[in-house]
Amino acid sequence: MSDYNLSHLDELEAEGMYVLREVAAQFERPAILFSGGKDSICVTHLARKAFAPARIPMPLVHIDTGHNFPETLQFRDDLVNELGVQLIVGSVQELIDRGEVTEEQGFNASRNRIQTPTLISTIEAHQFDACVGGARRDEEKARAKERFFSHRDDFSQWDPKNQRPELWDLYNGKCQPGEHFRVFPLNNWTELDIWNYILRENIAIPSLYFAHEREVIRRDGQILANSAYLNLRPDEQPEKLQVRFRTLGDLTITGAVESDADNLEKIVAEVAAARKTERGGRMDDKRSQSAMEDRKKEGYF
Amino acid sequence: MAQGLLRFITAGSVDDGKSTLIGRLLYDSKTIFEDQLESIEQASTQRGTDGADLSLLTDGLRAEREQGITIDVAYRYFATPKRKFIIADAPGHIQYTRNMVTGASTADLAIILIDARAGLLEQTHRHSFIAHLLGIKHMVVCVNKMDLVDWDEARYNEIVDLYRSFSSRLDIPDIRFIPISALQGDNVVDRSERMAWYDGPTLLNHLEHVHVAADRNLQDCRFPVQYVVRPQTDAHRDFRGYAGRVAGGVFKVGDKVVALPSGLSSKVTSIAIGEKQVDMAFPPQSVVMTLADDIDLSRGDMLVRENNQPESVQDIDARICWLSEQPMRPGTRFELHHTSREAKAVVKEVVYKLDINTLHRVEDDLQIGMNDIARVRIRTAAPVLADDYRRNRATGSFILVDPGTRLTVAAGVIYA
Ligand SMILES: Nc1nc2c(ncn2[C@@H]2O[C@H](COP(=O)(O)OP(=O)(O)OP(=O)(O)O)[C@@H](O)[C@H]2O)c(=O)[nH]1
Ligand SMILES: [Mg+2]
Repeated sequence: MSDYNLSHLDELEAEGMYVLREVAAQFERPAILFSGGKDSICVTHLARKAFAPARIPMPLVHIDTGHNFPETLQFRDDLVNELGVQLIVGSVQELIDRGEVTEEQGFNASRNRIQTPTLISTIEAHQFDACVGGARRDEEKARAKERFFSHRDDFSQWDPKNQRPELWDLYNGKCQPGEHFRVFPLNNWTELDIWNYILRENIAIPSLYFAHEREVIRRDGQILANSAYLNLRPDEQPEKLQVRFRTLGDLTITGAVESDADNLEKIVAEVAAARKTERGGRMDDKRSQSAMEDRKKEGYF
Repeated sequence: MAQGLLRFITAGSVDDGKSTLIGRLLYDSKTIFEDQLESIEQASTQRGTDGADLSLLTDGLRAEREQGITIDVAYRYFATPKRKFIIADAPGHIQYTRNMVTGASTADLAIILIDARAGLLEQTHRHSFIAHLLGIKHMVVCVNKMDLVDWDEARYNEIVDLYRSFSSRLDIPDIRFIPISALQGDNVVDRSERMAWYDGPTLLNHLEHVHVAADRNLQDCRFPVQYVVRPQTDAHRDFRGYAGRVAGGVFKVGDKVVALPSGLSSKVTSIAIGEKQVDMAFPPQSVVMTLADDIDLSRGDMLVRENNQPESVQDIDARICWLSEQPMRPGTRFELHHTSREAKAVVKEVVYKLDINTLHRVEDDLQIGMNDIARVRIRTAAPVLADDYRRNRATGSFILVDPGTRLTVAAGVIYA
């Protein structure tokens, strides 16, 4: 701190808080997309710091696939209570019931893809003009191209071939009626930065991130949590393993890793030594080379 | 001593090997993850490339892979034991210059690639000039594809001389030259045995050690108010805090400050980061300040010190880079965004346009189209609190937004 130098984490924090304040200042109806994962927890933590001692001046929006880890929902509700912010839930199940989307069938069926129409209909229903997400550029090759203020047309689509220029930290949040922005305060954070920050700030996270014993099945090189939502193949045998999750998404697609990292220090050490990316364990990205780009174009997180 | 974070951009003409170089840098420094490598190996095999095409590490969009070019900037993060890096891999194609400008606006160092066969091209000039315009003080010129010119020292020297004579008209304090082969890895991470005549550092070695003076102004106190925090809760009924990011100088609790443009003065009573009270704030910290007096102060205003104030101007002398496909129409009204302030603005006069190849001023054709760089005079409807860009990036830069399309059409730097 001497010589007026900030640590790397302090710089990232300052940038994230700045972005969140721009959102609050520039938009009429902003929201934070809250998945219950570590990244959206960090965004929420930054928001708390950015607006203290006031409450976070925007609601948390959860797109609920109905296939959640129970821990995630409990965690979400506790956090919302503590912060005194509004929670808005967009339910995938409701869209299925209304016949607006059709569920995938088969062994690898997941509700990942139909989160997108649910998200879009939630955005439209509440007329959000900015949705803050926890995506990071280091996560995935399409995300590596993201702006901080990422423009979406009135069909919520991302046009990666024609993104708006973004100069310095002058974020232009102007758009036409019906369009909106996705905003990514954590763009410049890596997975390791996130963990170091959680450790430093002592941020509460769902227990799923810590090593625990769980019934899992192995499928196509992945370790998946066994649950009522997973369709087992005839030859698949559940087994008990010591695992933890590196990302939290829908139960059916989030791969676990074998690990005995049961505290934050051990997680930081594990992530620092990791030879695979965190999304290496996600079935949703494995479907094709451009799976993420295609979903993002449609309006995915 | 450990060096701080280095943000750099790769630039240069299309196909000069920028993405391949970044891939090579990540690969040879062993900072690629296994699944990423597997994924690009698989994609390379599919398209019949021998071995892994390392440019696919940053060219991640479908359209980029189809055309074999970069369209938009990809950001990559990596660290060696010596330093942390944020890389912006920019596209070389002229059509996507605005994406290069986007990446360059936050970079401290630019790597300019030149294909040893082709030499200096128009985009080499344009990117070099943009880097200079945006105040990048450190440049590394990599003469690439040395494998295709038989590792020829004479050809390398020829290009170095050409670039030196071009860049002598820009004031870039630190320029280095390195002969490399991004494809084969020579002088990227590992020293080339085929160019024994070169005795300078490898690229990575240079990047790890180059001393980049923090691009921070600690002299001139500037605090653009971004947002007013008013909790209106029982615990903080009368609290009124000014949130923002320090754009210059050091603010301390107890300091006497002046609010601009009102000119009213007050004293800093507290500075906080989140719930934590601190006794001072400096760039680029995001803080909340409270003042002793209830003065009129809101987004777009600025806190400064009495004896050191930015210029309050309505006539701005600026260099702009035009980013829109639509040419600039004389007399159009724009929104000018500067710090947290917005003002209506009109371009009063195009003083000259730059010929990017010769760096000469063009004064007879003043039509401004996409990618043009020009010196202009702008008139704003309300005063802008400006510093010279070279003194302060944050208070010396602006963008122009078209009020109809709402798009960012120009990037501007102020010469005060
Ligand atoms: N022989 C040889 N070929 C190279 C070298 N570096 C790059 N290439 C090839 O040059 C072509 C273009 O490389 P890219 O890395 O995509 O070029 P780029 O500068 O990123 O291009 P844009 O981003 O589209 O401007 C590819 O076919 C590379 O394999 C080199 O050192 N030697
Ligand atoms: Mg490229």
